[in-house]
Amino acid sequence: MADAAIHGHEHEDNRGFFTRWFMSTNHKDIGILYLIVSALAGLVSVCFTVYMRLELMEPGVQYMCMEGARITAAAMEDCTPNGHLWNVLITGHGILMMFFVVIPALFGGFGNYFMPLQIGAPDMAFPRMNNLSFWLYFAGTTLAVASLLSPGGNGQLGSGVGWVLYPPLSTTEGGYSMDLAIFAVHVSGASSILGAINMITTFLNMRAPGMTLFKVPLFAWSIFVTSWLILLSLPVLAGAITMLLTDRNFGTTFFDPSGGGDPILYQHILWFFGHPEVYIVIVPGFGIASHVIATFSRKPIFGYLPMVWAVIAIGALGFVVWAHHMYTVGMSLQQQSYFMLATMVIAVPTGVKIFSWIATMWGGSIEFKTPMLFAIGFLVLFTIGGVTGIVLSQAGVDRAYHDTYYVVAHFHYTMSMGAAFTIFAGMYFYLPKMSGRMYPEFWGKVHFWMFFIGVNVTFFPQHFLGRQGMPRRYIDYPDAFATWNYLSSVGAMISFASFLLFFGIVIYTLTKGARSSVANPWNEYADTLEWTLPSPPPEHTFEQLPKQEDWDKSHAH
Amino acid sequence: MAHAKNHDYHILSPSLWPLLGALMGFIMLFGAVAWMSGGMTMLFGAIEVGGPWLFLIGLVGVLYTMFGWWGETIKENAIGDHTPVVLIGLRYGFILFIMSEVMFFFAWFWSFFKHALYPIHPEGLSPKVDGVFPPAGIETFDPWHLPLINTLILLCSGAAATWAHHALVHGNKRDEIKQGLIIAILLGLLFTVFQAYEYSHAAFGFAGNIYGANFFMATGFHGAHVIIGTIFLFICLLRVYRGHFTPENHLGFEAAAWYWHFVDVVWLFLFASIYIWGQ
Repeated sequence: MADAAIHGHEHEDNRGFFTRWFMSTNHKDIGILYLIVSALAGLVSVCFTVYMRLELMEPGVQYMCMEGARITAAAMEDCTPNGHLWNVLITGHGILMMFFVVIPALFGGFGNYFMPLQIGAPDMAFPRMNNLSFWLYFAGTTLAVASLLSPGGNGQLGSGVGWVLYPPLSTTEGGYSMDLAIFAVHVSGASSILGAINMITTFLNMRAPGMTLFKVPLFAWSIFVTSWLILLSLPVLAGAITMLLTDRNFGTTFFDPSGGGDPILYQHILWFFGHPEVYIVIVPGFGIASHVIATFSRKPIFGYLPMVWAVIAIGALGFVVWAHHMYTVGMSLQQQSYFMLATMVIAVPTGVKIFSWIATMWGGSIEFKTPMLFAIGFLVLFTIGGVTGIVLSQAGVDRAYHDTYYVVAHFHYTMSMGAAFTIFAGMYFYLPKMSGRMYPEFWGKVHFWMFFIGVNVTFFPQHFLGRQGMPRRYIDYPDAFATWNYLSSVGAMISFASFLLFFGIVIYTLTKGARSSVANPWNEYADTLEWTLPSPPPEHTFEQLPKQEDWDKSHAH
Repeated sequence: MAHAKNHDYHILSPSLWPLLGALMGFIMLFGAVAWMSGGMTMLFGAIEVGGPWLFLIGLVGVLYTMFGWWGETIKENAIGDHTPVVLIGLRYGFILFIMSEVMFFFAWFWSFFKHALYPIHPEGLSPKVDGVFPPAGIETFDPWHLPLINTLILLCSGAAATWAHHALVHGNKRDEIKQGLIIAILLGLLFTVFQAYEYSHAAFGFAGNIYGANFFMATGFHGAHVIIGTIFLFICLLRVYRGHFTPENHLGFEAAAWYWHFVDVVWLFLFASIYIWGQ
């Protein structure tokens, strides 16, 4: 492309390895660092779940034994169940996925790399602080892993309290594993807050000339809204876990009724953060899906303005629905009614988005490339998760479903399938841009179908288990639940295999993939600014700020 | 930089501070856990860590990082890297930081109001909220003595900082800026001293009762912010002596003043709700 030369000057990259990756002030390099570390944290977290599903494959406890964790099944009489190990794994899976995998991948990784490019900014507003965000995230991940390997409750290693860290479990868990986990969350929170400040400032202050707020691409918008959610919700969590810390170590009684405290207070403050958190997880994914669907339908996104307002509405409503996570704690009927209504209202802006994506595809010339498959997969599965969300939002119905596998199925459909599918869509969509090499299309499709089948076989039966009354977070279950659990575990193995295949595809692409430095490997509907740059983009981009005709296609269509 | 810049944004060269700061933060928090837990062994007993040492090493490292990093920022400002558009960005950044701080205090106020409005009887559990507030046996401070004086001290300090700010913006009158800042700093220190005096005369403890927990954590975090704000103003005073500020470019001063007013406002909420309403 002729205009590529304007944006990126080819020149020698003189930075040494240490300077480039450890002292970076470059948003693209920092984005890649985020993606790599979150992928590794994701691998650890996925291994935990595969091991847990292995344990749940058959009734009884065959693998997580007091005699030692095993890879092969033990006979019943040789194995004393080690519930603590199970609890540690389920806690580790939750904390890693929520704080150290999905947010860093979508917000830290894609957000860092592509938000500045989409608005035509030469870098982030605070490039050095950007790197502090990354290294704090790394420090937090290290603390989280250290927590898994430190003395915890029941005289064993690690904390088994659940990712929500509810007291009194979290305030009475022995050892110092829990304290390390609390600091891990503090540090990753600080990292996210600094990142959010950076993103908001970049978005407000560094848009290309002529790019008014409602001309900004949807992914950049989604990162902007996510940043506000992070900025306003994570400090509240920091307060709550500081209370946990002082309750544990300095004898305060915030959550201890014997000193006038109240454990329910923790649940309120946690979920005041926790509900915005689930939108922090998914909203950047909305942005990626919008671009992928528009590109591979060869149509501009349907209803740009409603899409922007819907994401703003989802973000705002996300702050006023938190107690639907705690219908069963003994709230008054009025409170439950309010939270029920407010929760259902969120279905409206979410519906606007879903139907706009469908309308984008409607009449389009759809091309089923791998990113598009993942985006459509996201659309279908996220909708299923949203529909079960409406079921769960009913306070009365929630009496039956609370803490059952129905809830597990619901939030994995939104997160493990909603958010994760958009991460994969983003990876396949942007890998050619980031690496200058094309991924193998066939294997990408194999990955999609394995993953799609795998996660559905894993999680769809969990709806049935939940309806049958199987509670979540247990190492064992009665024989009555055996069939669906077996199927669910088989699904987990398929998903795990597809996950390994994904790593293989990425490594293959980076080393042997077909080189292609074309600016835009897709089509003219990938019309945001990152597609005007060479692949991979040079060290510094937009040293000459883009002109309006480079990105403003509003008259062309 | 390899090329001439064609825009007014600030492109930074690589820096070691972020890595160093995160590493030192890690050491500080790891050390804090080692300290609080009364010692830990690592690497299968090869290393034993106890006492405050690891924490203090990390703390010194964090402070050193702040000193070095922000010192570099001041130098960048002096050589003109902070163009008008970059200054706007820095202002946005600082306002957003203060907003996140507001949300941090939100959690402490939440805890206070929850326990004040729905006090739980020591033998009861939610939703059986038949306790009294302030909890039985707790003797709270009289808001109209030392807390009121402290309120006036902090408000006067804020006014002095604003006086200095105006002296800077309208004609850069160095003497008046110095006087205003010195008064603001001294009043800030006086507040801290009075607060320490008040703490040492509290009729309730920190541990074991919810009133003390809420009171000391909320006012304690505020006190920490007062100390940070005082240091921030002191740095500004040093920079005034060195002639760093001009009426057009005095971002550090502006941020310090905003921070100081934020600390003021948090105190007003603490005074109104915990001291007066909750007495």
